[in-house]
Amino acid sequence: MAILVIAEHDNRALKGATLNTLGAAAQLGGELHLLVAGFSCAAVVAQAAAIPGVSKVLVADAAVYAHQLAENLSRLVAGLGKGYSHLLAPAGSAGKNLLPRVAALLDVAQFSDIVGVVSPNTFKRPIYAGNAIATVQSLDPIVVATVRASAFDPLPAEGGSAAVETLDAAHDAGTSRFVGEELAKSDRPELGSARIVVSGGRGLGSGENFALLEKLADKLGAAVGASRAAVDAGFVANDMQVGQTGKIVAPELYIAVGISGAIQHLAGMKDSKVIVAINKDPEAPIFQVADYGLVADLFEAVPELERAL
Amino acid sequence: MKVLVTVKRVIDYNVKVRVKPDQSDVDLANVKMAMNPFCEIAVEAAVRLKEAGLASEIVAVSVGPAACQEQLRTALALGADRGIQIDSGEAPDPLGVAKLLAAVVAAEKPDLVILGKQSIDGDNNQTGQMLAALLDWPQATFASALALEAGRLRVTREIDGGLQSLELNLPAIVTTDLRLNEPRYASLPNIMKAKKKPLEVKSPVELGVTLKAHTRLLKVEAPAERQGGIKVGSVSELVEKLKSEAKVI
Repeated sequence: MAILVIAEHDNRALKGATLNTLGAAAQLGGELHLLVAGFSCAAVVAQAAAIPGVSKVLVADAAVYAHQLAENLSRLVAGLGKGYSHLLAPAGSAGKNLLPRVAALLDVAQFSDIVGVVSPNTFKRPIYAGNAIATVQSLDPIVVATVRASAFDPLPAEGGSAAVETLDAAHDAGTSRFVGEELAKSDRPELGSARIVVSGGRGLGSGENFALLEKLADKLGAAVGASRAAVDAGFVANDMQVGQTGKIVAPELYIAVGISGAIQHLAGMKDSKVIVAINKDPEAPIFQVADYGLVADLFEAVPELERAL
Repeated sequence: MKVLVTVKRVIDYNVKVRVKPDQSDVDLANVKMAMNPFCEIAVEAAVRLKEAGLASEIVAVSVGPAACQEQLRTALALGADRGIQIDSGEAPDPLGVAKLLAAVVAAEKPDLVILGKQSIDGDNNQTGQMLAALLDWPQATFASALALEAGRLRVTREIDGGLQSLELNLPAIVTTDLRLNEPRYASLPNIMKAKKKPLEVKSPVELGVTLKAHTRLLKVEAPAERQGGIKVGSVSELVEKLKSEAKVI
């Protein structure tokens, strides 16, 4: 049986996490199909069809799917789902909003945030904010799961030529309406898929001081993140939060600046390849997980680091 | 408007969990339990709607063994009017919980159900969405603001990259994110009063729900421990290590 992956995109471009989710799907064995549901999303379809390993791209291009409203999309996906062994989506806000609804329509369980494939029906996933890892088995005919992108290598983005099939079903539940959105505009890489992440905590003292981190991030080609303490203090927007209740990241290099290292923050970044911590408190718990710790005043160390690069 | 709010009994937020030596599950023996933090936010959201004169009654529901009556009493002390414990024995999976809640919704006919977006034990983030599917109601997950305007619900959601705002017909499902509100503490007089508020116990059989296992937990293990590294003495030493040892810049 084939596997259906639901593409994450914004109608203009495919999000990188889709490639990691396909990477997880490739471990299951079976033909890979990719669903692009959106509106005026031809550019995304072209990107999807170019992914080697994807044999078919299903396209549902209709106004009712423009904003990924779960009420409409869940009907489409559940309708398709019966023909597949697995339905997977990246464990971002879109996938987490959609897939439980799909699973309930199909009367099957959903597995959240899988980080390992043990067998086609058995998965590893973090529980208790990553303080324990559960191995869980599906007893259902269809496996529905969201995939933690940082735990799987991506499939390559180019080189394939999948068949494209257009679906005409446009489901409109008529019960919800998109009003608007405010998205952070940034030229920096996406936090969830950046190779390097520079994060700031309460130690930054203010939102203005995040400019120090932004300069460092720009020098490194890095994304900027924050601890929950910095978000709750109003220094930066919530979408920058790294941690149990924010984004889970696993970049090659994670630089934690002025972050004490609360367990909830560590849950979001401890799988990074190399962790650097800069903090003036030598007892800060972040040093227990850092590969390289620098006990220093960040207001001196960060500009010095930026100049040294 | 009648609001139904769900509460779950979970390990206290501040307790460090330990895995049992036989790897069958985490060890919850003699561990402090509390109301799931996202459920506290859900209760607070419901109480604020009542204080604003928009909600007439708040019903708190919990699925679990008798011990979860403690969390229902907390919800009653915070401002819920009555409680329903669904005595399910061992915690069902999210689909089972959603089916039990759907049966309660069918009987209570609320206009709005507010749930936490996830519980801090299973971290599933599923029940609200599943309940919405079973009822065929609209959903607004990860809410950071909500308002009632002319019989419709306006919700701001925390999504990747920013905020999204939706308008939903009622009845509807909302799941709470951290920044929706800061929950209050229950006052002592309200804790005393809560003891006299009605609390019903219902069984899945009474609700007409047959629970089925959809998953099997095979093993629970501690995550790989990350070893601390070294302290460097200066910025230049850090740059040197990152270039020549870690080779990441």
